[in-house]
Amino acid sequence: MSEKIGVYVCHCGSNIAGKVDVEEVANWASDLPNVEVARDYKFMCSSLGQELVETDIKEKGLTRVVVAACSPHMHERTFRGACARAGLNPYLFEMANIREHVSWIHEDRDEATAKAKALVSAAVHRVAHHEPLEPMRAEINPATLVVGGGVAGIQAALEIADAGYPVYLVEREPSIGGHMAQLDKTFPTLDCSACILTPKMFDAGSHKNITLLSYSQVEEVDGYVGNFTVTIRKKARHVVEDKCTGCGICTEKCPKRVVDTVFEAGLGYRKAIYRPFPQAVPKYPVIDTENCIYFERGKCKACQMFCPTGAIDFEQEDEIVTVEVGNVILATGYDLFDPRKIPQYGYGRLANVFTSLEFERMVNAAGPTGGKIVLRDGVTEPKSIAIVHCVGSRDKNYHEYCSKVCCMYSLKFAHLVHERLPEAEVYNFYIDIRTPGKGYEEFYHRLLEEGTHFIRGRVAEVTDAARRPGEEGKLIVQAEDTLVGMQRRVPVDMVILSAGVEARRDADEVAHLFGISCSHDNWFIEKHPKLDPVATMTDGVFIAGCAQGPKDIPDSVAQGAAAAARVLGLITQGEVEIEPVRAIIDEERCSGCRICNTLCPYNAIDFIEDLGVSRVNPALCKGCGTCVAACPSGVITGAHFSNEQIMAEIEGILVSPDGRETVLVAA
Amino acid sequence: MKYAYYPGCSLERSAASYHTSTMAVAGRLGLVFQEIDDWNCCGATEYFAINLLPAYALVARNLALVPNDLTELTAPCSACYVNLKKTDKYMGKYPDLATQVNQALVAGGLHYDPGRLQVRHLLDVIVNDVGYQKVAEQVVKPLSGLRVAPYYGCLVVRPGNGFDNPEHPTSMDRLLRVLGAEVVDYPLKAQCCGGHMTQISADVAYELIRRLLHNAAEYNADLIACVRPMCQLNLDAYQSNVNRHFGTDYHTPILYFTQLMALAFGMSAKEAGLGSEIVSAHVALSKIGVEMPKQEKGKPRKRPNKQALPMPTMPDEEA
Amino acid sequence: MMASESTQPSPPRTFFEEVMAKTPGGEALRLCLQCGTCGGSCPSGEDMDYSPRRIFAMVEANMKDKVLRSNTPWNCVSCYYCTERCPQEIPITDIMYTLKRMAIAEGLYEDADAPDWSQTFIGLVEQYGRSFELGLATRYHLTHRPLGKLRLGTFALDMLRRDRLALTPRPIKNMAQLKTILSKAKELEGAR
Ligand SMILES: Cc1cc2nc3c(=O)[nH]c(=O)nc-3n(C[C@H](O)[C@H](O)[C@H](O)COP(=O)(O)OP(=O)(O)OC[C@H]3O[C@@H](n4cnc5c(N)ncnc54)[C@H](O)[C@@H]3O)c2cc1C
Ligand code: SF4
Ligand code: SF4
Ligand code: SF4
Ligand code: SF4
Repeated sequence: MSEKIGVYVCHCGSNIAGKVDVEEVANWASDLPNVEVARDYKFMCSSLGQELVETDIKEKGLTRVVVAACSPHMHERTFRGACARAGLNPYLFEMANIREHVSWIHEDRDEATAKAKALVSAAVHRVAHHEPLEPMRAEINPATLVVGGGVAGIQAALEIADAGYPVYLVEREPSIGGHMAQLDKTFPTLDCSACILTPKMFDAGSHKNITLLSYSQVEEVDGYVGNFTVTIRKKARHVVEDKCTGCGICTEKCPKRVVDTVFEAGLGYRKAIYRPFPQAVPKYPVIDTENCIYFERGKCKACQMFCPTGAIDFEQEDEIVTVEVGNVILATGYDLFDPRKIPQYGYGRLANVFTSLEFERMVNAAGPTGGKIVLRDGVTEPKSIAIVHCVGSRDKNYHEYCSKVCCMYSLKFAHLVHERLPEAEVYNFYIDIRTPGKGYEEFYHRLLEEGTHFIRGRVAEVTDAARRPGEEGKLIVQAEDTLVGMQRRVPVDMVILSAGVEARRDADEVAHLFGISCSHDNWFIEKHPKLDPVATMTDGVFIAGCAQGPKDIPDSVAQGAAAAARVLGLITQGEVEIEPVRAIIDEERCSGCRICNTLCPYNAIDFIEDLGVSRVNPALCKGCGTCVAACPSGVITGAHFSNEQIMAEIEGILVSPDGRETVLVAA
Repeated sequence: MKYAYYPGCSLERSAASYHTSTMAVAGRLGLVFQEIDDWNCCGATEYFAINLLPAYALVARNLALVPNDLTELTAPCSACYVNLKKTDKYMGKYPDLATQVNQALVAGGLHYDPGRLQVRHLLDVIVNDVGYQKVAEQVVKPLSGLRVAPYYGCLVVRPGNGFDNPEHPTSMDRLLRVLGAEVVDYPLKAQCCGGHMTQISADVAYELIRRLLHNAAEYNADLIACVRPMCQLNLDAYQSNVNRHFGTDYHTPILYFTQLMALAFGMSAKEAGLGSEIVSAHVALSKIGVEMPKQEKGKPRKRPNKQALPMPTMPDEEA
Repeated sequence: MMASESTQPSPPRTFFEEVMAKTPGGEALRLCLQCGTCGGSCPSGEDMDYSPRRIFAMVEANMKDKVLRSNTPWNCVSCYYCTERCPQEIPITDIMYTLKRMAIAEGLYEDADAPDWSQTFIGLVEQYGRSFELGLATRYHLTHRPLGKLRLGTFALDMLRRDRLALTPRPIKNMAQLKTILSKAKELEGAR
């Protein structure tokens, strides 16, 4: 075999050249088998760099190209494009990653250079065995599935629906709205949360292009970008939507009262048949069968008796709905950190320690206290309040990350206390006040003006064990005032724990369902943290809002809109290109053992009963190679990952540069 | 169930009652404690302040002396327990340290492989290996009517020893409840008693002791149950000093939890090692077996009025 | 061809590096956020010259003299609250031990009681293999706190009356072995 290979070693400014002797690598590569030309260049990804490749292909008749630069995630497409423009099949190109895998992780220049050579050699050996491939195309179903009806999901759904395409919005609670519906005012502008959210909720509920599936959950997902089949369980509401007018008489008459741990964050009560809040969308109540007296003991039916339209149906069963969509947006949001995990803060033991969400409900005019700030006894107004920042955040014992919103909402709380209880003293205990954002620092200054006491020190503990006069009957917040350099005990009536946000408890299950990944603290991982923040590694699956990481409402909305724009882009393209990196079964030699059928993580292998052989569905196959390795007859080939290609790559890496011994570390 | 047993210096004399009662209840519970032959002091909280390697070597000698057929080592004193456990853990975590400690041990003809022994506090062994159920079966004379404040102190639960919550431990609470006692859930149960500060800076120590006595008294405790000789010594032997220093009048007996177990198991005061405490337990213990009128609870938890907001529930609240 | 993995740490150049090197897991000290959780949690924090947090800032700033002269480490009662609560998982209590050792080695401590107490205690252990309170308390109080004798008096009397004080030390059997181990350890410690 005689190929003409061009090798291009990138400096990436000093990113690579700072640790790797790139000229030496290029020089050395020119002696590798089949190498026609080897060059080094400052920025291969620049248009001049790409032209270098194109010119060489045309003038020197290159038949294969290797670029040694950064990760293929960044620029594989770029150089494949350059090859294609010069008339070379783009799959006759190979990339060696000498930045992330070499210069960024090694200290010693000689050793880094030697490793870069090994990787270049591997790519040169491999590329000689590449075969020209043609990308595949798939049509895109114009419908979109949005999972999670918080503000991010609502925004995404509305953008797509307004553009004229159908959306299925799946929400697992009885109403959409998410956390934003629980809030009172929103920082930094102090808009009333309900006033700005309710119109959007209403639009989402009544839009002709949006099918709202509330009280529902996705159970199964099949397919690939452009063509997903999604199975959804619509849980029985026990209220017939066609008949219910949303009058609320059932709720009024229901004798069973339960603590509402979801919408009221545990601070208030609801009935067994309930609508989470008055502006709920949809307006239909649901029966909580775990608490309903009828479901428990077979007697009651008060709701049914009083319902003027006969909408209550105790026999109603879950419904399974299947929908076909082309793209998916996951906007499942966050859970609040449970401060019971930090016993020294006393939540659950000391009555007047509240969580931030409890406080949101308390200050909310529609909440359990009608907006009055009171102690757990429901009547006493606190004269002093401590707001504890960073609860569960910035702490290796819980979450190492900063939750980003709690500083701002803690300031908001301080403001709301000043507004409602002008006489009360407010102490904010913080490590750092983090207020980046438009108008945010100004909001902090406003609180300084309002006379909030800011104490720099992370709270050590909250206790009711009085030690000094003045502490009796109070909650004592103990912390080091790090600016004074002294331990302080501040007696207060009420403590608010500004708990951080964390990934949904079931985030990993949802991620698994949709074939995407989670970071170690369970946030969904985006394709690129800067350049592709709402896409994922799985084509056709996008993420938005707090499901991706802590963020506030403006950022959640922006991401919802961004994800929608990405989806609309795909829809208007009409079809997508799919990488032809696929497994192929040599049906002549397939023994029909079916081992590969169950192993394929994407269910891409069908068994053809008539022929007694297995066959790969190229549209479903992701080219992961599991079946290739598993086939006992060795008759499955991975296109672009054939045995020869892999063996050649290994051979290449083992060639000893400079006669030094090469150690192969399987990563 | 057989364990290597490290009594520690205090149990030889100043906390002999802890030893006596431990041995007495161990017999009843089918625990066999084999004392390490020729054990030496663990260095308490002092040796690490002087010399790092010798401190670890001192502790490691004890680990190395445990016969090979035993895999678990128990210590009733929390400080000994932390030192033994920490030495095993750090030797496992920091190989350089392990090498050097072993070089020192080898000079004396000994060797210790980190991880060979599980180091356990006596309380851990009783609540987790024996179990509350088996303890309950032995109770013939429940401590009904006795209000006991469990005092864990620091070192049985910190640093992160894994068998109970480091901030709000509950294992001894539950054990005492099994013995029939009324348990006082007071906030300072894992706070510090001052440790060796009684010897060094009495003012610092007295204040820490006062806080504990005050808090236990606030919750109407008849007595305090503890798990470490140093705590017992500080709270008991220095109680009169504290009273003099602050003009207070605390009179709270301090007993080891094993002494209360022995009493509940129907053993005599002598078997339970009673009588050596400085603050007499006579009055408090006269309550046992006598049904006392229900006293007012420390802090009521029920909803005081109709407007009251619901309290968050604790997931691990057990009956 | 990769960098050899055995990374021999270079000898500490600064006080800060020395403190870290002398504490197992001490490098974590670099992560201190100056949040004050340790200082807020410390039961004897009010009696310290500088809070643990501040001591760490001073260690970072290489203020060796001030740090080693302060009473902060000597007021540490090893309650481990700080270690348990530190959001950066810094082995604070162990660092306090390191500072005590360094203060003794450099002869810099000004609070004489605590180090002397520790040394008296260790002296006994090195002599007998076990500690015994009366010997310890008398030796310590007589040499260091003659004025505290009175206080000792009632304490010792109470304890004696209840047979809780040993009057004679009871050495362990194989004292020779222990002594060999400890002297070897001291020799290695010197070379660290
Ligand atoms: C106390 C507090 C105060 C705050 N105050 C402010 C403020 O003043 N200003 C501001 O800008 N930000 C504030 N925030 C932040 C704000 O709450 C979030 O930025 C915003 O709610 C994120 O919206 P989201 O749609 O991403 O997630 P969420 O609001 O959490 O919505 C997610 C939705 O998805 C649903 N869901 C979850 N899992 C599934 C599933 N598997 N299937 C179907 N549905 C699912 C949920 O039921 C929910 O409806 C505050 C946060 C807190 C904790
Ligand atoms: S049947 Fe159930 S939901 Fe209806 S009123 Fe009775 S308790 Fe409430
Ligand atoms: S936003 Fe503020 S309160 Fe929240 S974790 Fe970050 S620093 Fe702490
Ligand atoms: S608690 Fe930890 S991070 Fe915070 S100041 Fe103390 S040592 Fe530093
Ligand atoms: S271990 Fe020492 S420094 Fe840390 S909190 Fe306890 S007494 Fe303070």
